[in-house]
Amino acid sequence: MTDPIVSAMVFYALAAFTLVAAGFVALSGNIVHSAFALFATLFGVAGLYAYLSADLLAVVQMLVYVGGISVLVLFAVMLTSGLDGPLTSNPTFRLGGGIVLMLAVAAAAFVAATAVPSGVESAAVPTTAAIGDALLGAYVLPFEVVSVVLLAALVGAVTLARGYKGGHR
Amino acid sequence: MESQTLPYIALGITVAFSVGIAMVILVLNRLLGPHRMNAEKGAPFECGSDPVDSPGKRVNVRFYVVAIFFVVFDIEAVFLFPWAVLYRELLATPAFGMLALAEVVVFLGILAMGLWYVWGKGALDWAFDAPASRRNHG
Repeated sequence: MTDPIVSAMVFYALAAFTLVAAGFVALSGNIVHSAFALFATLFGVAGLYAYLSADLLAVVQMLVYVGGISVLVLFAVMLTSGLDGPLTSNPTFRLGGGIVLMLAVAAAAFVAATAVPSGVESAAVPTTAAIGDALLGAYVLPFEVVSVVLLAALVGAVTLARGYKGGHR
Repeated sequence: MESQTLPYIALGITVAFSVGIAMVILVLNRLLGPHRMNAEKGAPFECGSDPVDSPGKRVNVRFYVVAIFFVVFDIEAVFLFPWAVLYRELLATPAFGMLALAEVVVFLGILAMGLWYVWGKGALDWAFDAPASRRNHG
């Protein structure tokens, strides 16, 4: 980003969007609304990745998390019984514990942020080509093994579905 | 530096424009449209039919399997992006181009075997266990 003020504005807008959506996930009384707010949260995280010049990671976040995992989460919600009443999510709200946890996470983030040297410039080059170069060159074996892992996921999904079909759960 | 941020600015304008249009349509609808609510209008719209069931019911687990297949092939597509960005450049050297093609053919071939397996098992067939599906359909 060229202008530091514009850059900061973009960052805070993205962070605020992500945090508001995440708050909606945590506080909504309707679990389906929470699931849809999770779409927005993951979308905001994709925006933060793009802000940090991690262009491939932003696209992956959009495709896999916003497009795929969110659908899985939504299906998991729809597959869960006992959700006929919409007010079954977030039945309790523990403010004290939440504040303690938030402070602990903030302290950990502060320690982690001060441990690395500040002022690290984000790599302002598009990363996709460099990652492709690594995947086709030095890391070609992991690249091919990924397809085997995905194959295992396919076979596992089919096996689980067939097991369900038998009806002897 | 400018050329790096320019695509993001274009992306931001696109997102702002599409979100803005959606907002304008909703707000105009609220401002200009008549609001005469009745029970008929409050009912969920299901392609014009009367709702047959509560939407909170469990759906068939079949949908979940299809969603998992979708995620698997989604991740496959993700791994093709870095390859696709580089491929035209690699084609300049025929040997590199062929090597990159071979690498991606192996990658896709292994996943094509997975697709073939899934297809052979009938998991893509929507009615492959019709009796069980009817039993679980609530």
